[in-house]
Amino acid sequence: MGLQLIKPDTKFDFMNKRKLAALLSGAVILLGLLGIVFQGGLKYGIDFAGGINVQVQFDKDIDVAELNSGLKGAGLPDLRAQRFGQSGKHQYLLRIPSGTQGPEEVRSTIQNRLSQVVDADYTIQRLEMVGPKVGEDLRNKAMQALFYAVLLISIYISGRFEQKWGIAGVMAGGLLAGVYVLQLIGLPVAFLALAALLITVGMCWYLRLNYALGAVTALVHDIVITVCILTLLGKDFELSTVAALLTIMGYSLNDTIVNFDRIRENLRSKTPRPLYEVINRSINQMLSRTLLTSGTTLLVVLSLVILGGGVIHNFALALLIGVLVGTYSSIYIAGSLLLGIGPTPESEDSEDSAGVTKSEA
Amino acid sequence: MRISLTYRIIISALVIGLALLYALPTFLGKENPLQSVLPNKEVNLGLDLKGGMSLTLGVDMDKALSSSLGQMGENLRVQAKDEDIVIIRPRVVGNNLLRFYLLNADKAEQLEDIIERTYSKKLSVKNKESMGQDRTKYTLSMTSEHRDKLKEMTLDQALKVMRNRINEFGVSEPDIRKMKGNRIQVQLPGLENTGRAVELVKQTAHLEFKLVQEDVDPNKAAQGQSPPGTEVLYFSEQGPESKNPKPIVLKKQPLMTGQHIADANVAFNRYNQPYVSLTFDDRGARIFERVTGNHVNERMAIVLDNKVYSAPNIREKIRGGRASITGSFSDQEAHDLAIVLRAGSLPAPVNVLHERSVGPSLGQQSIQQGVTALVVGGLLVLIFAVVYYGIGGLIVDLLLAFNMLIIVAVLAGFGATLTLPGIAGIILLVGTAMDASVLIFERIREELRKGMSPSKAVDEAFVRSSLTIMDANVTTILAALILYQFGTGPIRGFAVTLTVGTFASMFTAIFVSRAFFEIWLKRKRPESSLNL
Repeated sequence: MGLQLIKPDTKFDFMNKRKLAALLSGAVILLGLLGIVFQGGLKYGIDFAGGINVQVQFDKDIDVAELNSGLKGAGLPDLRAQRFGQSGKHQYLLRIPSGTQGPEEVRSTIQNRLSQVVDADYTIQRLEMVGPKVGEDLRNKAMQALFYAVLLISIYISGRFEQKWGIAGVMAGGLLAGVYVLQLIGLPVAFLALAALLITVGMCWYLRLNYALGAVTALVHDIVITVCILTLLGKDFELSTVAALLTIMGYSLNDTIVNFDRIRENLRSKTPRPLYEVINRSINQMLSRTLLTSGTTLLVVLSLVILGGGVIHNFALALLIGVLVGTYSSIYIAGSLLLGIGPTPESEDSEDSAGVTKSEA
Repeated sequence: MRISLTYRIIISALVIGLALLYALPTFLGKENPLQSVLPNKEVNLGLDLKGGMSLTLGVDMDKALSSSLGQMGENLRVQAKDEDIVIIRPRVVGNNLLRFYLLNADKAEQLEDIIERTYSKKLSVKNKESMGQDRTKYTLSMTSEHRDKLKEMTLDQALKVMRNRINEFGVSEPDIRKMKGNRIQVQLPGLENTGRAVELVKQTAHLEFKLVQEDVDPNKAAQGQSPPGTEVLYFSEQGPESKNPKPIVLKKQPLMTGQHIADANVAFNRYNQPYVSLTFDDRGARIFERVTGNHVNERMAIVLDNKVYSAPNIREKIRGGRASITGSFSDQEAHDLAIVLRAGSLPAPVNVLHERSVGPSLGQQSIQQGVTALVVGGLLVLIFAVVYYGIGGLIVDLLLAFNMLIIVAVLAGFGATLTLPGIAGIILLVGTAMDASVLIFERIREELRKGMSPSKAVDEAFVRSSLTIMDANVTTILAALILYQFGTGPIRGFAVTLTVGTFASMFTAIFVSRAFFEIWLKRKRPESSLNL
């Protein structure tokens, strides 16, 4: 016989805490934004900022301050050394902002200098140079990726979620038209992504696609909070962070879809109940699934954070935060929002699709 | 749609058998007893796991265009001279305009005729301005079609030259390809001496033979202007006085270039010092014989990428088409120089825009750490599933194992590349693949609690959950596709494992697991209970 962590008759009053949740989310976002403004924008890693990273492994522990002062005379004035990866491995990352020396020159400069000043064996394990042009390209690519993700996912959820593909078509058309016009004006991609989001939210509101609206809001919430927490932790923003963010988008929607599907199912039941109760009941019904899935995902991501090594650390950490936030938001943010605006009004359309679901049997 | 259990089992077994077939070589390694029976495909490791270097080089198209334009200007001058038209100072202005002055204005029509005849698709007269005294200033520009063609040719040639060089350098499985925006990507797996490879790839290797202008003091010329038609170059940095390279004044117009080299080899002089011995092709040999014959008792400088290697005196006409480049080379430098001269010069200078090199130790370490994280995370999930779902948990565990098998098989079968983020993707999937099973299992429990019979509950749960599972996974696949489109090497590996794994987990959770449940139910007759 298996276990049950969540008893079948569990009745947490989740919606009761919705104001507290909103306050908490708001506070984290506010803090994060303050942090971002305070440090003058996101802290870009080498992918986006350009420069040279050199990863060195020593055969014993070296004091970072000692390493920094030892490398001072090497002719790389902006070089900064920091610890990297798991502590037992004696790995260090030397970061050099874009300068005059090419990557191979930097390699030999550092090799020469280390042999002189450090009394330990070492290997240069990794060297990466990103030229300013490539950095700019990667920034653009990342923005485009975010933009297309927002675009596709918006269209998908307004269609599948609401089970009104006709309206989704209108939505897609409106979104593409809006973005096209903005592109003609010459808006940079970053703003395009933002504009696409705003248009999506606006259209969801106007077309009363309330489930979609809840899902999109939860998604934005997750992305923003993850970025905020990463900033507060002093982590660099890299290409792999963007990859993690896109994955989180998928994950966050997954959770929200599962919860909303259940809410919709319960709303169609023969004995009508108040929305507050239905949402609470649906979330409770799915709670064991939500916690199980999040739990196992957290388990593996945590093992990646702890055991995966320095190269993958930022990526794994972003995933970890995203999974946590995504679970929380699909309960509190998506749910509360739905409670606030009400479910999408049922029409014949959705009756149809309910029929489809049944005919599958 | 109802699929009979038999079909379900047959299809599942087929897929898993096929997956096993393709996954085995990766687990067993190249040398295994089943070598002859199994497909000869293993999972490809990315450079971040295998170690090696990835370079993105930008071809300087502005230089390529302007030098081609300059060449056209010079040709035009010679051609005009043949028809008694004098044009002076052909010069490239701002990379894409050719400017010169026509001295005999009455021949304007004739000149334009030549331009029309020989350069009709390449150059167009943009502006014509009379400067008085019979002078006319011409400004020509390259047509955009020719510019595009030239860019493509330049990129293709650069690619060819790099391929030749790297093939001679001896790296196994190099990957050299064109990329958008006049870029070339070079991937050299397993390479350790990165500095040497970078030098080899990016050296233009433009070889010229130029006459020395003896009547000008090089030190003075170096400080001020050198006389028209000459230029100041420096001897290549060698030995201890490399901080102060010696200048030399040369005639700008080369006698000959390295275009006609048939072969280049390392040879040793009697002091056992290496030098590079050049052999010209037939045409090159004839040109070399002629120019050396014309300039006996003058000095001829051998210039490589604007650095002078030597400037020996021509004692007599040199027959046989041989020349040598001497300098204080190390054996390896001479060897590499011979390679680049043999492979030909690059049509334009290249810059390293991006370089990533990973040492083999780090690659190994990354594999080890990634696999440890996978094993630990995976085991925790496997144990958890059994603790939580009992026998049903064993089904989940089996499904997870199948997922892994399918991922490895697909990666190997399609020759996809596994990177460190790719391993992270697999780890993530172990967590999320659970989700599909959890959705179904929880639903079964729920339906059982409602008092349904086990077989009915299973049926209901699969029907109700399948749609939700597909739905939830579509978003992940959307995100992965976008990542593949916009990501670079390592991130693409993540997108690949995420996509493959998501499909695999949908298949196993919706299709395969149902077979298990139905078998389980059959064996448990009469339908008493289902322990979940």
